[in-house]
Amino acid sequence: MKKKSIISFKDVTKTYVTGPVKHQALKGISFEIKKGEFTAIVGASGSGKSTTMNIIGALDIPTKGTYLLNNKNISEYNDDELAEMRNKEIGFVFQSFNLLPRTTVLKNVERPMMYAGISADKRKERAMKVLKSVGIAEKADNLSNHISGGQIQRVAIARALVMNPSIILADEPTGNIDSKTAHEIMKFLAKLNREGNTIILITHENHIAKYAKRIITLKDGKIISDKKK
Amino acid sequence: MDYKELISLALSNLKGNFLRTLLTMLGIIIGIASVIIIMSMGQGATASIVDRISTLGANTVNIYPGARRRGPGAISETVTSLVLKDVEAIRKLEDVEAVSGVVSGRTSVSYQGNNISSSINGVEADYQLIQSLEVDLGSFFDKSQVKGMSKVAVIGIDVVSELFEEGEETLGKVIRVDGKSFRVIGVLEQNDASGMSNPNEAIYIPLDTMMKTVIGQNYLGSISVLAVDSEAVDGVVEDVDSLLMDRHEILDEDLKDFTIMNFQEMISTISNVTGILTTLLSAIAAISLLVGGIGIMNIMLVTVTERTREIGLLKSIGAKNNHILTQFLLEAVVLTVTGGLIGVAIGTGASFIIAKAVDIPFIVKLSSIGIAVGVSSLVGVVFGYYPARSAAKLNPIDALRYE
Repeated sequence: MKKKSIISFKDVTKTYVTGPVKHQALKGISFEIKKGEFTAIVGASGSGKSTTMNIIGALDIPTKGTYLLNNKNISEYNDDELAEMRNKEIGFVFQSFNLLPRTTVLKNVERPMMYAGISADKRKERAMKVLKSVGIAEKADNLSNHISGGQIQRVAIARALVMNPSIILADEPTGNIDSKTAHEIMKFLAKLNREGNTIILITHENHIAKYAKRIITLKDGKIISDKKK
Repeated sequence: MDYKELISLALSNLKGNFLRTLLTMLGIIIGIASVIIIMSMGQGATASIVDRISTLGANTVNIYPGARRRGPGAISETVTSLVLKDVEAIRKLEDVEAVSGVVSGRTSVSYQGNNISSSINGVEADYQLIQSLEVDLGSFFDKSQVKGMSKVAVIGIDVVSELFEEGEETLGKVIRVDGKSFRVIGVLEQNDASGMSNPNEAIYIPLDTMMKTVIGQNYLGSISVLAVDSEAVDGVVEDVDSLLMDRHEILDEDLKDFTIMNFQEMISTISNVTGILTTLLSAIAAISLLVGGIGIMNIMLVTVTERTREIGLLKSIGAKNNHILTQFLLEAVVLTVTGGLIGVAIGTGASFIIAKAVDIPFIVKLSSIGIAVGVSSLVGVVFGYYPARSAAKLNPIDALRYE
């Protein structure tokens, strides 16, 4: 049985123009990611992995080529439609500055649901459920700056999960935490993948990328390898 | 949008930087407080003046010679258009309770070497009723004493204390007014009214005596008319107007040689003047609101820059441009409205203290508070819009990468 593609890049290029200087960050890359995969996109800095992440995350659109997210062509979307796409289809986990300051853990997890127009009661109920599933429910009423780095990443994952997105997009999620906690977080992501979530991991660290089942390596804006375990 | 959530968010963001929030609000607080104080003082002063004028008699109509004067104290040249026959004609009009010609002047008055300068008024017997002058000792002069040109005087309480020794018998004593002897037949009660002529400081003598013996003129300084009740005032004004136009053979309204004033009109004139002054001063105070607004714009721009990464994060989790715009705009409005409310509290408190100190009624109208809150939220919207819009328009990638 063939699983359906959630992400489909077809000859995607991205060119940044800064004044007279043109910089081609992606030089025509193509790949597909299917539902339930755990993919790591790796590469050194300047390889184009951040640009790839921005496009996958609907934060940016390709200069040329097509990107289909759940068979929808993102290039044709305006700002607000892209925002809605990010809200419903993608759960972001960043390296740092993941949580809103001066805001409780619970309210952080509720926020994407607020933008989706879900009622306050439902928001709280769903947020608590997800916080429980990531094992951090007891911190719900703590302010986001009163919890540890590992806990912050768990809350970020909870927030990423709360809208039931098509993919979890983690951008260097272990970059700011100690290696012991980093491995815990990676194990947790692997567990989420086993439970059926599609996960895309952007990283430059090989030992982190090892947790993924597929590794796409970028160099100078091109895919130089695409290996599955 | 969940406004309740956004407002509590705005409050916690503002609390997070308490000192900055307070300093930013200061312009709004000072502006709103001073507008409230000025409006309260203006309304209090107006109420106090209107109250005093009303005690002079709201049913009274005064007719002055010459064209319309603007406001009390306007200088008019001597006009000889009003005469005693006008008074007699007015007396016959419907709804006229009492009428008196008045000739006023200032002259020297003496008693046993005590020499003072006093206001002296030649009036008719009806004048007592018109001005509701209460006699403390003796009596007011009557009609026959007016027609008979009696040399009698009724004097105000302040004149008594200036002219006579304390406790000295005043009734029956002879005082000299402009060199002529007058017998004191009445002393007025203390009068609260303090209008253009203060009865406490005045001497009243029969009109005919005043005109023929004291200053020797055959025209009147004014005519005072008392209408039967306040509803009749407008009718009396109209009747007097057409009567005098008729008698003075005037056809063109603009060429009238007399002016009719009633207290209602005077009250509205004074209210107008104080109203204009209050508005003018409030406008000056409102400049502080403008300055405060610019301060808020400045701080909001700083806030947007400081929170660029937060904005990037919000956009990545699905905030649309409008969500960001609303959040920052609401933050500015919460800031200014909070400042406005503090300003209202301070302004009301200060107005109360000032009103007690200068002895005017304490008035802070609900409408002033409403306007204050309305204006402060408007300031928030106007000066918060540009920073909020620049936050909303941030590119999510740039915002996320911002260091």
